[in-house]
Amino acid sequence: MAVSDRIVGIDLGTTNSLVAFMQGESPVIIPGEDGANLVPSVVALDESDKVIVGNAARKYLIETPNRSVYSIKRLMGRGVEDIQEELKLFPFRLGEDLQTEEVLRIKLGKKTFTPPEISAFILRQLKHNADRFFGSPVTKAVITVPAYFNDAQRQATKDAGRIAGLEVVRLVNEPTAASLAYGLDKKQNGIVAVYDFGGGTFDISILRLHDGIFEVIATNGDTHLGGDDIDNLVIRIALDDVRGDLGIDFSRNGEVVAAIRKAVIEAKIALSSQQSAKLDIELPEGKRYQREITREQFEQLAAPVIDRTVAPCKQVLKDANLRPEQIDEVVLVGGSTRIPSVRILVERLFDRKPHTDVNPDEVVALGAAVQANILSGRSDATQDMLLLDVTPLSLGIEVAGGVTDKIILRNSTIPASATQHYTTQVDGQTNVAIHVLQGERELAKDCRSLARFDLKGVPPMTAGMPRIEVKFLIDANGILHVTAREQRSGKEAEIEVQPSYGLTDEQVESMILDSFDQAEEDLRQRQLIEARNEAQTILAALEKGKNSAAWDELTRDERQRVEELERVLRSSEKSDDYAEIRKAIDALNQGTMRLAELMMDSAVARALKGKSMDGADMGKGPEPPHPISKAEFE
Amino acid sequence: MPVDYFSFFGLPRKLNLDIATLERGFYAMSRKLHPDLYAGRDSREQSWSLEQSSRLNDAYRILKDPIRRTEYLLKLEGVELEGQSKAGTEEARKTGEKKQIVPPDLLEEVFELNMQIEELRANKKMGEEDTSLIQELQQHKQALEQKVNDLFEELKRYWTEWDSAEESGNDVLRKSARDKMVDLLNRRSYIRNLVRDVNEVLGF
Repeated sequence: MAVSDRIVGIDLGTTNSLVAFMQGESPVIIPGEDGANLVPSVVALDESDKVIVGNAARKYLIETPNRSVYSIKRLMGRGVEDIQEELKLFPFRLGEDLQTEEVLRIKLGKKTFTPPEISAFILRQLKHNADRFFGSPVTKAVITVPAYFNDAQRQATKDAGRIAGLEVVRLVNEPTAASLAYGLDKKQNGIVAVYDFGGGTFDISILRLHDGIFEVIATNGDTHLGGDDIDNLVIRIALDDVRGDLGIDFSRNGEVVAAIRKAVIEAKIALSSQQSAKLDIELPEGKRYQREITREQFEQLAAPVIDRTVAPCKQVLKDANLRPEQIDEVVLVGGSTRIPSVRILVERLFDRKPHTDVNPDEVVALGAAVQANILSGRSDATQDMLLLDVTPLSLGIEVAGGVTDKIILRNSTIPASATQHYTTQVDGQTNVAIHVLQGERELAKDCRSLARFDLKGVPPMTAGMPRIEVKFLIDANGILHVTAREQRSGKEAEIEVQPSYGLTDEQVESMILDSFDQAEEDLRQRQLIEARNEAQTILAALEKGKNSAAWDELTRDERQRVEELERVLRSSEKSDDYAEIRKAIDALNQGTMRLAELMMDSAVARALKGKSMDGADMGKGPEPPHPISKAEFE
Repeated sequence: MPVDYFSFFGLPRKLNLDIATLERGFYAMSRKLHPDLYAGRDSREQSWSLEQSSRLNDAYRILKDPIRRTEYLLKLEGVELEGQSKAGTEEARKTGEKKQIVPPDLLEEVFELNMQIEELRANKKMGEEDTSLIQELQQHKQALEQKVNDLFEELKRYWTEWDSAEESGNDVLRKSARDKMVDLLNRRSYIRNLVRDVNEVLGF
């Protein structure tokens, strides 16, 4: 496979993010430099405004909470008016003067970033980990999104990919991705339900697996329901406790809240395997908060949050026209499914023990890697696999009286399309406005506004005469495209899109440029350093070779040729062009093949047949992962 | 004008349709047309695949659903059916278009039902709850739903009439089957709107 065709799979999660790829016939997670598979979805600015991502950023959550952010996924594709609840519970600091329907800006220290930019920092870290793993840059990715993400949230995720310097070849729904990883293993037909309860989102999908076809029958969910919500309940109680005990309200103290949050999460995780856990938090002025929490208390507290997954599960069964006993397997995905009471609930809902032998943190990324493999031309393992996904929400347009006219119903297999006809109301009218909505409600105001389209350049005619055909098409990413044509004149009407809560193409372009210079420069620098290191290694090896008996066994011509190649490498090594250095290294490697062979005794020579200088006993070129600079961006 | 959904699947314009065969065709064509198979190709081929696979999915969605399949065929035959949407119904009721005429066999029932709905609405406004009225409405609703089911059985008989007329090329029989289906679907959509009204007032 050509390097440029390599596609990685990325799970851009609320709490953790991962990157994976297909190694041979099975997907594997690409670890970061610290060896960890999970990259916490945390972004911070350090003292010098350098962007820190992942594990390294976690300490900033507690030390400098106003310069760090977590759970940014909750804000993707949303406007200021629909995150008021979120703002009460999460320490997001909004930029000033945000307008309705404008894309959000989040403050980190003195700087502000849009949610796609912050997600792009996380993606860039994952890209960096993959670049490092392969020893060459990765430019294409499949990124997963919650199945219940709407068009704006999907578009924002795609934008984040572009800003991070990744071509997003496909957005795949998380539960569907999980089923790909699961089905790759099992290779069986049947009906599978995927219950995906993560840090910030909940999805339930029902699929039919049929000779390699993964057909989603129905999906439902809540894009603002996850483990985060449970944490917030416990944090609230701890804060109230402290206020009762010490008479101090710390709810406005970012450092204290962050410290409590950390302790709460640790306790939550412990309570999945223990009957009780302890909160032990140091407070300012030498004070201390300690509290024992039992599993029973915790589950009682979490019940209202967990119960919110019931309605989507019932709805999805209804939409799929299936009874629980018709489901063959239930697969659990997402960290929150480790909570014992969640497992009990799922067992009750679907009347069977859920399947728990997949790693709920990794299966989505692994599935994304499987889909990436399918998209990049397949392997034996994925030969017959094909994913048929659906759109989670109905698409509609606003008609007279503020009513939604649904034109593509939820759970339609994508790509899906619908055609509508429009005309003018006034003589000579040349513009027609279309308001596109997403959602299930009757009234336009209760649905999600996706975009307002302005059809321009309609030829002036008597009112009602023009016949404008507008085609709505939802692509395989679940993203809407609109085209229009005036049928009497055959003229393609021009469409001006005003995405609600989204970035315009120009904005995304400028963000790519802003960040790209940096990332490209980083990569170039690294490649240059690597190439120089490699050149040093091979030149040192050659020095050694020249002092060996083997050197004299070469013909004069051969020796001259090697020395010529050596001169070329020595001079190109001083240049700043890593490609030139690489070329010279490869040439010298080729040219010293025979020397390397001669240097070894016959047995070793046979074993290493075909290997060149750097395969011999004189050190070797770096193999991935390379020992390179720390994973940080400026 | 692109080919119709029946031709897309290589099927005659018949209404009795073997769903298993349709499904096999859908899977086989998905394996040829889906955008996943064109990810590495140029943009021209990609947009072709997008166009074709969206058409395939649209066609499959319509044809596998018995009512939508019938409506689609009638549309191909140039029939404009009345809208099923709530907005469409209300618009028609307001303007008093003839299509929303109450089916004669339902006149008495609908009259009574509308009275009950009005009564219940009025009660609700007063904050009262009339359980016997609610029960009556629920029974009405069940009867209406049964009617919708009966209509579907009746529709299937017309399918067979249509299919044999289509096969023999008998235009008189074709037209008669078509008109029966149009009438039936209009009645059906009327009843479904009634059910929707009842559900609304019962708070479902």
